[in-house]
Amino acid sequence: MTGFDVAIIGGGLVGCSAALHLSRRDASVVLLERRHCGSQASGVNYGGVRQQGRDLAELPLARRSRRIWADLETLVGTDCEFEVTGHLKLARSEAEMAELEDYAERARDFDLTLEPLGPAQIRARFPWLGDAIVGGSFCAEDGHANPRLVAPALARAAVAAGADIREGAEVVGATHDGHIFELRLSDSTMLRARRLINAAGAWGSTVSTWFGEPVPEDVMAPNMCVTDPIPYFLAPNLGVCGGDIYVRQIRRGNVIFGGGVGVADRTQVKARPLAEITAQAVRLAVGLVPRLATAQVIRTWSGIEGVMPDGLPVIGPSETTPGILHAFGFSGHGFQLGPGVGAVLCELALDDATSTPIDPFRINRFSIDETSRQTIGPAANSRERPSDAVRRSSVS
Amino acid sequence: MPSVVIIGAGPAGVRAAETLVRAGLRATVIDEAPSSGGQIYRRPPPSIVRDSKKVYGFEAARARSVHRAFDDLQEQIDYWPDSTVWSAQGRKLGVITKSGPRDAAWDRLILATGAMDRVIPFKGWTLPGVFTLGGAQVALKYQACAIGERPIFLGTGPLLYLVAYQYAAAGVKVAAVLDTATAGAKRRAFFGLISGGRTFLKGLYYLAWLRAHGIPVVSGARPVCAHAGPDGAVRELEWRDGHGSLHRTACDSIATGFGLNPETQIADLCDVPCVFDSGQRQWVPVQDSDGRAAVAGVYLAGDGAGIKGAAAAELSGERAAHALLHDLGHAGSAERIKTLNGRLRRFERFRRALDEKAFKFPADLAASADDDLMICRCEGITAGALRHAAREHGVAEINRAKAFTRVGMGRCQGRICGPAAGEILANSLGVSLEAVGRLRGQVPIKPVPMAAFLDGAVP
Repeated sequence: MTGFDVAIIGGGLVGCSAALHLSRRDASVVLLERRHCGSQASGVNYGGVRQQGRDLAELPLARRSRRIWADLETLVGTDCEFEVTGHLKLARSEAEMAELEDYAERARDFDLTLEPLGPAQIRARFPWLGDAIVGGSFCAEDGHANPRLVAPALARAAVAAGADIREGAEVVGATHDGHIFELRLSDSTMLRARRLINAAGAWGSTVSTWFGEPVPEDVMAPNMCVTDPIPYFLAPNLGVCGGDIYVRQIRRGNVIFGGGVGVADRTQVKARPLAEITAQAVRLAVGLVPRLATAQVIRTWSGIEGVMPDGLPVIGPSETTPGILHAFGFSGHGFQLGPGVGAVLCELALDDATSTPIDPFRINRFSIDETSRQTIGPAANSRERPSDAVRRSSVS
Repeated sequence: MPSVVIIGAGPAGVRAAETLVRAGLRATVIDEAPSSGGQIYRRPPPSIVRDSKKVYGFEAARARSVHRAFDDLQEQIDYWPDSTVWSAQGRKLGVITKSGPRDAAWDRLILATGAMDRVIPFKGWTLPGVFTLGGAQVALKYQACAIGERPIFLGTGPLLYLVAYQYAAAGVKVAAVLDTATAGAKRRAFFGLISGGRTFLKGLYYLAWLRAHGIPVVSGARPVCAHAGPDGAVRELEWRDGHGSLHRTACDSIATGFGLNPETQIADLCDVPCVFDSGQRQWVPVQDSDGRAAVAGVYLAGDGAGIKGAAAAELSGERAAHALLHDLGHAGSAERIKTLNGRLRRFERFRRALDEKAFKFPADLAASADDDLMICRCEGITAGALRHAAREHGVAEINRAKAFTRVGMGRCQGRICGPAAGEILANSLGVSLEAVGRLRGQVPIKPVPMAAFLDGAVP
């Protein structure tokens, strides 16, 4: 039986980034992906590389991840169509504008510069915005990238650095004898590793349950749409307070937008957008940017994403089993964080510590015996009900 | 009464609707065209009055019969013309009609979605003046105009000769008919083709007619490059004959097609599984011997369920309706299905001889595309980019190739580029076409204008 320093379950953005960072530090790594790297939420999300609007607890991690995004091309040999276009978060009421100004103030503590824009300013800079917009907040260093490319590019770079990436390898069980993890694959292959990273996304709680740590992880399927190419005019990545719609345009002209959720079936590993949600997203997108009314929707899609009750991911060591590191349940906004989470997991696996504060993401913050799915800690400084946090951050 | 929806008002959809009406069922018939007939019996708009003999030639009687049958049903069906099904989820269809979006719920669904030209890209195929064979035929039948004054017909399959004949008979000076299938292949298929009876004889007639009128008809030809004139439109086709000699033929338009592909996107979204037909080198929805799909309540008919031609479509349309009626407990349908199946078997043999022997799909032509040739015109993806993905990124499946390169991701959803992209990928991986899989259907089935969802409130 082959032995590894670290075994990673899940070939999403988080798992692939962890594999790359670990193998660059010469750890022997095996990554086990049931299908293809980046085939679920990591590969089919909106593609927003956004710090603005995140729960403040996520900002240190997002800041760190943003530095990795800046070096992505050096790291993986392709820019994955990452563009620093800025992220413009829009307010459709005075109350929302006040919320944006308040957030901008708080974000300063994390060295994140946001530029609140009043009605005149925002219209001068972005004349194509609809009448319902009363203001916004601009984050110059945010942007967007092509999600289909990032996880596979990280995986390739990890392979080049020595990682053993296995696609089509489904882990069906894992045990720990106090020293060594033993993983069983669906084809009966057995693997051994000293450390185990649970980056299984929407299936993260399945893995954590194997080790006596069930968590209330739900699933959702972001409803994504894309138009035919239209002349390029919409530079910033657009979001709104409330998160019911998000819009970006890529250089080749297609406008990508999302809002609401489709159908996710965790057991069948199947996700679908819904026609009525698409129709609603179209109306919201045209409300933000009336010029989109003449475009055509040419494709819609979805993928399965794990969602935690408080809208924050689970990141950090297991409370039951030494040697396990969890990183899942990114609740619709893991794309920007992914590269950074991989770096953090690498430090935790090899150094048992990380410089990035991740305590708000600890796995034992849920008490799933209580029907209320009570949340502890991080949600407190988000000033929102957990369900709002999920909806607001949406899929970007 | 169960809610029955038929998608498509071509020969299959019309006969299905007629059969249901006779049994006392009221069906909703949804069709993209403004009037019934499908692609094959497409009707000119009311503003153009033409003799049906002129429009449909030998098929005039059949065309008239299908049209009349459908017109006679008007009181007993709910007919949604000009309506595009854009989504299918569960037992609900999303439809864009002329008056806006509308849902259609079904308990029973008959898919008579038809087929589309199978295209093989060649150098110059995106020049203005290059059409598909089906497109060229629609121009003639529907709009009573030709794609040019001196067209070349290039490709293979019965449609190649039919459309060339229709053009020539309409008075257009056809520059050449270039068939990629060899004369030897057609000779070898002869005994299989005889089973086609009248249809086969018509084919022979078209060929003889074209030859008698001095139109060059070449077997075993290969396109090399379509060249543009000073106006940027196609002016000349460079091609090779069966001996490898180069030729240049002047033209002002090219109609090209290599058989047909079933339109399976709606079936796919209804979770109907597909199976690879190795003879036709394409994926077709799985059905039982009576036209039932593997999904309860879904029935398949016409070319959308596998290419068999218009005459067979009328029979399989009626059969699908009888299978539906049988499942609802109607007596007599089982007997009729038996008769229809007997007649359909003859078509089966003829089609096999036609598509697998006489007019074999030139897979090697698609697979050997030069690296710089654009395969996916919606997204501008070259054959080289596909091969690069296979070689460098370990892409072994067509949907993965789509994710990495954008091939098949544009507004046609791979209808045009899909067959060639599959051949190129399979060839560069050294695996069978079946092994690279098929492009998954995604909503919208056809592009949807955003304005359709704005309730007329266009900003």
